[in-house]
Amino acid sequence: MELKHFISINDLKKEDIDFFLKKAGSMLELLESKKSVNICRGKILATLFFEASTRTRLSFECAMHRLGGSVIGFADAGSSSVSKGESIADTIRTVESYSDIIVMRNPFEGAAKVAANNCSVPIINAGDGGHEHPTQTLLDLFTINKKKKSLSNLTIGLCGDLKFGRTVHSLAKALSEFKGNTMICIAPHELQFPEGIRKKIEDTGTKIIQTDNLKKAIARLDVLYVTRIQKERFVSEKEYLRLKGIYVVDRKMLEKANKDLIVMHPLPRVDEINPEVDRDSRCVYFQQAFYGVPMRMALLSVMLKCEK
Amino acid sequence: MEEKKVRNIIDGTVIDHIKPNCAMKVLSVLRDIDHECIIVCINTDSKKHGRKDLIKIENKFLEEQEYNELALISPDATINIIKNGKRVSKEKVKTPKHIKGIGKCNNPRCVTNCQNMETEFDVISIKPTVLRCSYCESTAEYKG
Ligand SMILES: [Zn+2]
Repeated sequence: MELKHFISINDLKKEDIDFFLKKAGSMLELLESKKSVNICRGKILATLFFEASTRTRLSFECAMHRLGGSVIGFADAGSSSVSKGESIADTIRTVESYSDIIVMRNPFEGAAKVAANNCSVPIINAGDGGHEHPTQTLLDLFTINKKKKSLSNLTIGLCGDLKFGRTVHSLAKALSEFKGNTMICIAPHELQFPEGIRKKIEDTGTKIIQTDNLKKAIARLDVLYVTRIQKERFVSEKEYLRLKGIYVVDRKMLEKANKDLIVMHPLPRVDEINPEVDRDSRCVYFQQAFYGVPMRMALLSVMLKCEK
Repeated sequence: MEEKKVRNIIDGTVIDHIKPNCAMKVLSVLRDIDHECIIVCINTDSKKHGRKDLIKIENKFLEEQEYNELALISPDATINIIKNGKRVSKEKVKTPKHIKGIGKCNNPRCVTNCQNMETEFDVISIKPTVLRCSYCESTAEYKG
């Protein structure tokens, strides 16, 4: 498997996704065995976060440290030359000479491609605005596969902001590559899947059911993927306040669900999942976040060509 | 029969079958023509399309970028090269699949709108001409 840059989940074919699921599985075993790993010793990862995302950055940094490599970088643009107006291309051309691989997050859509065009070392896109965040998709797939032992023939509920939610679009597209899945899209009419994305997914033979009723849908689900309704997507405050609390996963809601349902969330959450259910074994979102580490270890080691 | 209405040129380019009322738009994308003799016909009769625009420019031969922009504005235009008063070639424009440095991405959050860089688009349909940004992947109709 060769991957020069990882900009979009579309950079991976289904076989590549299968490969990374397997690879992340063996990284997870390594982590669980507590053996120290030195696969990437002597390699340097640069984390360039033009926009803060503590969770994603720490996950990448943890992954690199676990592989025995080192990390340099900045956590938000305010502290770097970027705030003085340096271009992405110039920042990348400087940092590539300090590092063996670069992870970048940037608020502008398409920024990762600009970086890749100007970079001789591999670039991993850790989010470019509302455009792509492919490592999130991989860790979501890894979580589902780990918990359900398959990525096919599942009934997956996608709940929350399906209109603007980037993670949900990429996840739905990736899941539609696997056979026999049904997606139940749970969102108010205003926040349902964009027509274009829905069509693309249906063209693969994946069944899509749209509803605004979580209570009714939850009993049918193998996976419930909840997303945050983001304030910055709304023009009016009133509209946001009306929609933000519309779905809440709490104890009462989970009473209606299968006992082997899994509840996922890309985090951070606001109030769409009540903390009272955190100890319910069906709620796997913290484990999901942790699975980002073995998945990113898999990516880093493959892209650095440091496989054993 | 426009040849009878306006004079012929000796050396240069005749852009024919331009979408009606688009000649001025086409002129606006042509470079280095300030000192040349230009003949413009707007809404003249066309055998094929009812109405059309036509431009004749002395001493001007289109460059690739101009050709691409013309193809986006008017996908049915034809280009006639005139040398020594004779037409030496005639061809319909071909809409390029990919364009660079033409137009601006409509998405305000697109990286091309915040960095000093060339835009790039894939042409995903002709008539209407729809472009997809190679960076943020948002699509929009080309309006010239
Ligand atoms: Zn764009």
